[in-house]
Amino acid sequence: MSIEHRDDTGARFGMWLFLYTEVILFSGLFILYAMALAKYPQEFAEASHKLNIYFGTINTIVLLTSSLTIALAITAIQRNKIKQTLTLCIVTIVLAIVFLINKYFEWSAEISHGIYPGSNHMAELGPGITAFFNLYYFTAGLHGVHILIGGTLIGVVAAMVAKGKVTSDRYTLLENSALYWHLVDLVWIFLFPLYYLIL
Amino acid sequence: MAEHQHEPVPYKTFILIWVVLLVLTVVTIAVSRIQLDALNIWVALAIASIKSSLVVFIFMHLRQESKLFKIGLVTLLVIVAIFIGLTFTDVLYR
Repeated sequence: MSIEHRDDTGARFGMWLFLYTEVILFSGLFILYAMALAKYPQEFAEASHKLNIYFGTINTIVLLTSSLTIALAITAIQRNKIKQTLTLCIVTIVLAIVFLINKYFEWSAEISHGIYPGSNHMAELGPGITAFFNLYYFTAGLHGVHILIGGTLIGVVAAMVAKGKVTSDRYTLLENSALYWHLVDLVWIFLFPLYYLIL
Repeated sequence: MAEHQHEPVPYKTFILIWVVLLVLTVVTIAVSRIQLDALNIWVALAIASIKSSLVVFIFMHLRQESKLFKIGLVTLLVIVAIFIGLTFTDVLYR
């Protein structure tokens, strides 16, 4: 019997602690949002109408589904179904890419309408609408960076699963990547109604 | 094996939760199209909170974790509440 230090529960708890700091990071942005909303309720509603609800809805469905596939991947690896685990990881990564492609088209359309921080068009729209879009680009942008990181992480861990370095006996790395991915989903669950659905 | 491992959550459970999450998404969108004035934002936040609890407890396996993890979550929520609450004692009474 080899002597080896191992603490899976500790590793998971460490990941949770890190995710709490991520929540605090995003909650700072949501506080800014709440303050600006309290100050400019009319302008926020007007600005929200300029966002494309279809892009928002499709991306919500994409992210919820990717959260499902990575959750299923954990069950698959626990049951030692390596092929299924890999398929589910790859589907998750593909959904992450779909999300980013959607974001690309969404932002391209908005930018082509002159809606981006610092544009002349934004200056004409006034401070309330400008506050909305600055926060929108920053929050959604930071969220997009998290998608990129999470997707990459899952890709790396999937490669380790394929090589047999992450196994049904030892899969904390996959669990922690999945936890990170779910956090990305959680942020979007709040971001979507707050930015796209204001009346 | 000294390491304690979780029982695998059946595929069916995850798929069921996913369906509920999609239904709640439709509900959020539907409710957001009805004019309820200030109530709209609270309804949206309430539904988002239900959705996130499902993700946290089922998808993230918090239900299966020890008490320590749950205390951690409560601590986080208290910190965020203080963070938001104290900010608003300033913002609302300027």
